[in-house]
Amino acid sequence: MVRKLSRRVYLTVMLIFLYAPILTLVVLSFNASKSRAKWGGFTLKWYKQLFSNEETLNALYTTLLIAFLSALIAVILGTLASIAMNSMKKKPRALLMAITNIPMLNADIVTGISLMLLFIFVNVVFRTRIRLGFTTVLLAHITFNIPYVILSVMPKLRQINKNTYEAALDLGASPIYAFYKVILPEIFPGILSGFLLAFTMSLDDFTITYFTTGPGIETLSTQIYTEVRKGIQPEIYALSTLMFAAVLLLLVFVNRKSAVKEKE
Amino acid sequence: MANKLVDLQNISKAYGDNVILDDLNLYIKENEFLTLLGPSGCGKTTTLRIIGGFETPDSGKVIFEGKDISKLPPNERQLNTVFQKYALFTHMTIAENIAFGLKIKNKSRQYIKDKIEYALKLVNLKGFENRSVDSLSGGQQQRIAIARAIVNEPKLLLLDEPLGALDLKLRQDMQYELIRLKNELGITFIYVTHDQEEALTMSDTIVVMNQGYIQQIGSPEDIYNEPQNAFVADFIGESNIIDGIFVQDEVVEICGKKFACVDKGFGNNTPVDVVIRPEDIDLVDPKEGTITGIVKSLLFKGVHYEMEVEANGRDWLVHSTDLSPVGAMVGIKVDPYDIQIMKKPESEDEEAVVNDEQ
Repeated sequence: MVRKLSRRVYLTVMLIFLYAPILTLVVLSFNASKSRAKWGGFTLKWYKQLFSNEETLNALYTTLLIAFLSALIAVILGTLASIAMNSMKKKPRALLMAITNIPMLNADIVTGISLMLLFIFVNVVFRTRIRLGFTTVLLAHITFNIPYVILSVMPKLRQINKNTYEAALDLGASPIYAFYKVILPEIFPGILSGFLLAFTMSLDDFTITYFTTGPGIETLSTQIYTEVRKGIQPEIYALSTLMFAAVLLLLVFVNRKSAVKEKE
Repeated sequence: MANKLVDLQNISKAYGDNVILDDLNLYIKENEFLTLLGPSGCGKTTTLRIIGGFETPDSGKVIFEGKDISKLPPNERQLNTVFQKYALFTHMTIAENIAFGLKIKNKSRQYIKDKIEYALKLVNLKGFENRSVDSLSGGQQQRIAIARAIVNEPKLLLLDEPLGALDLKLRQDMQYELIRLKNELGITFIYVTHDQEEALTMSDTIVVMNQGYIQQIGSPEDIYNEPQNAFVADFIGESNIIDGIFVQDEVVEICGKKFACVDKGFGNNTPVDVVIRPEDIDLVDPKEGTITGIVKSLLFKGVHYEMEVEANGRDWLVHSTDLSPVGAMVGIKVDPYDIQIMKKPESEDEEAVVNDEQ
């Protein structure tokens, strides 16, 4: 009895620690009073203000566009890379896997600064005029998303019996037909979770975006950062709450999908 | 029977320095059940994969129905393969798996439906159309893999150790099943296995391979009763391989005693290898035996007893349904036609082949 109770208490304390900050944020986003110390009644006015703020809406649009495009391109490149790596011999494959894993462990600030330096360096050496902005942010996001795609596609590829592709050829399928009909359906769950993972990673990235973006291009995270410097507006609470809710929904969706798959 | 369906001419294949096949020549007749038999790494699977088009030989030609198909990709060859680990498409139903090849050939819906029904009936899995692959046992999955291959009506079916992953009882059932299928369909089978019993049970012709070379080609009876060298004798069943001297026609000397045999023409007083199968040795009263020995060990094997008899300085492996207790004095007697004489290996290469196996 005591054991059961202490278990419950422990779990509750854990959850409070984990979610108290976010809960505070959510509560304050509905607080009519501007003060953080006083409850002035329930309101949606911060949300209304948020959606009438053109800068914020622009930032939201940019964020979603970059998240979608970078996830899409990373999925294509990452899947192709995984297929190539899967057909390699053991040693080069292990080496390449290690190389692709490093960017994930690398500190964001290092990745951000080095990408910025690279873009400037390319401009100087090749006399190009790539301006820091949408393109560079997109390129940066594709770069850090590819390893996540490889990480989720690779295990699916390794699971496939190596004779499966040969069996399709044996039954008369051309290599392309065999890929679309046999390999792609088998690895699709991996591709989908890779896409969603990349999408969320891109959605909440601040550091790398901050270093690779230029004037006029703001994503939600850089926008919030700029606003915060001017003093925190309750609007930001509303925006942060929405971002949290979006990521939460995405996560629930991914988990449910894999749970259903497992049941089958 | 006489037509050559497949003709392999001077096939060589190496991975880097590792020579898998060296100048292999082999033909398969129409409607034959041919088995490639050998230990792992002997080149049997590579041979099969070259016929299937999954490997390209470094040199040599693959002739199929008189045409050179060496350069043809697998999807353009008129043959089908059954893989060791089934290789079914797990995201498709059983029916979709079987229909895969037919859909590519743009067959009509009704034709495909009829074919699926026919194929499932043939492999004794009627009514399994809408089941998922994961719900089937290993034996059932292998039957589906066979059904998926034969609906395409290939002239030739390649089977790569298809029963390797199944348990003993199921394997024996599937052996009968495969023989029945082959007879019903009239397709030529090329079967790869390392299981000598499987090869002896099912084949019309057995090709014994070792280290990229063909050791012997023949009917199961030929291979078992008249192995051409010590490797074949040792690999196919158990045997006593003994150094002997061919004294003259129909007389061979083993362990200092003369035995009557039926072989001729090895040259007088020539060293030879003598093969005697354990079940061909008769244990008799010491007075009646050609040589005498003492029973060293005794094992009950179900059908027979396995005994080791020490006689004239070597151990003789004996299989018999009659028991001789450990320590008993026995006489060893062998009928002349049960003694198989083989030439000693001529080159060091052949010698090495034999030694590596021991």
